Amino acid sequence: MNLWLWILIACALAYLTKLVGYFVPARLLDNPRIMHVAGTMTIGLLASLTVVNAVASGQGLVLDARVGALVAAAVALLLRAPFLVVVISGAAAAALLRLLGWG
Amino acid sequence: MSGGSTPMKLRESPAFKIALSLSIATGLYGVSFGALSVASGFDFWQTMVLSLLLFSGGSQFAFIGVVAGGGSGVAAMTASALLGLRNGIYGMQINAMLRPGGWKRYVSAHVTIDESTATASGQSDPGEQTRGFWTAGIGIFILWNIFTAVGALAGDAMGDPKQWGLDGAAVAAFLALLWPRLKGRQPWAIAAACALATVLAVPFVPSGVPILVAAVVAGVIGWFSHSRMDEGLEPDLDPYAEKRRHGSGGGK
Repeated sequence: MNLWLWILIACALAYLTKLVGYFVPARLLDNPRIMHVAGTMTIGLLASLTVVNAVASGQGLVLDARVGALVAAAVALLLRAPFLVVVISGAAAAALLRLLGWG
Repeated sequence: MSGGSTPMKLRESPAFKIALSLSIATGLYGVSFGALSVASGFDFWQTMVLSLLLFSGGSQFAFIGVVAGGGSGVAAMTASALLGLRNGIYGMQINAMLRPGGWKRYVSAHVTIDESTATASGQSDPGEQTRGFWTAGIGIFILWNIFTAVGALAGDAMGDPKQWGLDGAAVAAFLALLWPRLKGRQPWAIAAACALATVLAVPFVPSGVPILVAAVVAGVIGWFSHSRMDEGLEPDLDPYAEKRRHGSGGGK
């Protein structure tokens, strides 16, 4: 039951965090430097999320089938595949590598 | 939700198509969240509340991941909240782009996530930004929740979601979201620096925090590089060049 409490707090915080972005002063929004920082942060966060999802396992770093997914996705992107194909490539590569007994 | 455009126009809209394919792709891997959540000991409704109300994939995975790893509810909540901080930045960006007023602001806040923001910020035309944001936001909300339910219900039946490569799908999706932003040397340098910072931070800080370390690194680089930045590093307001629209289809 305690877990419910933390779930609901996490939900409230998630929504409030999103909402706060909509209420920062307009002056900030028209500041090119702030927007530039928001742009670099987006790149940084997506790069970090990619890496975390690919090699992190809790606080450990592991090389498993997910690295195969990363490589397959990169190849698909280089071949200009559409998003869904990229995602399926990643899943297929990970599933296949596991089928072959790795990761 | 799309500014009164007719369905015909919607079908011709590049942002709409991108948003639809993103919705399907992202929605589908809601199966992996549902299945992993149940496998981590959450019940069906706890899983659904996370998808319905928290609605931010990274934060949801962080929450169940901490609990699955033996962490406390507080730790799970903290990891989830920290990981959700980027949505505040996304809120700023979307607010700057679309300037939603009244009640729309409260609805758009809920669907302000990686994918809806990336779809909107990849477009230059304000109408396209609006269509992209709402289509991706609402499309993903609906499909993500449907597939979370499917995953939660089917979780036991399908066995290990890893067997299906669903974690690999998440990796691919994040890379696909990052990819179109890597135009030029500076974005690559930022991505590389943040990837490295993440890898270095993982062993030393709790789950979820390495992503924030990367955010700080990216923020510092952005702050100090502004005066000598090259064109094209403002993916947020300065958009996909035409060649990207022509050269590459959906999901960019």
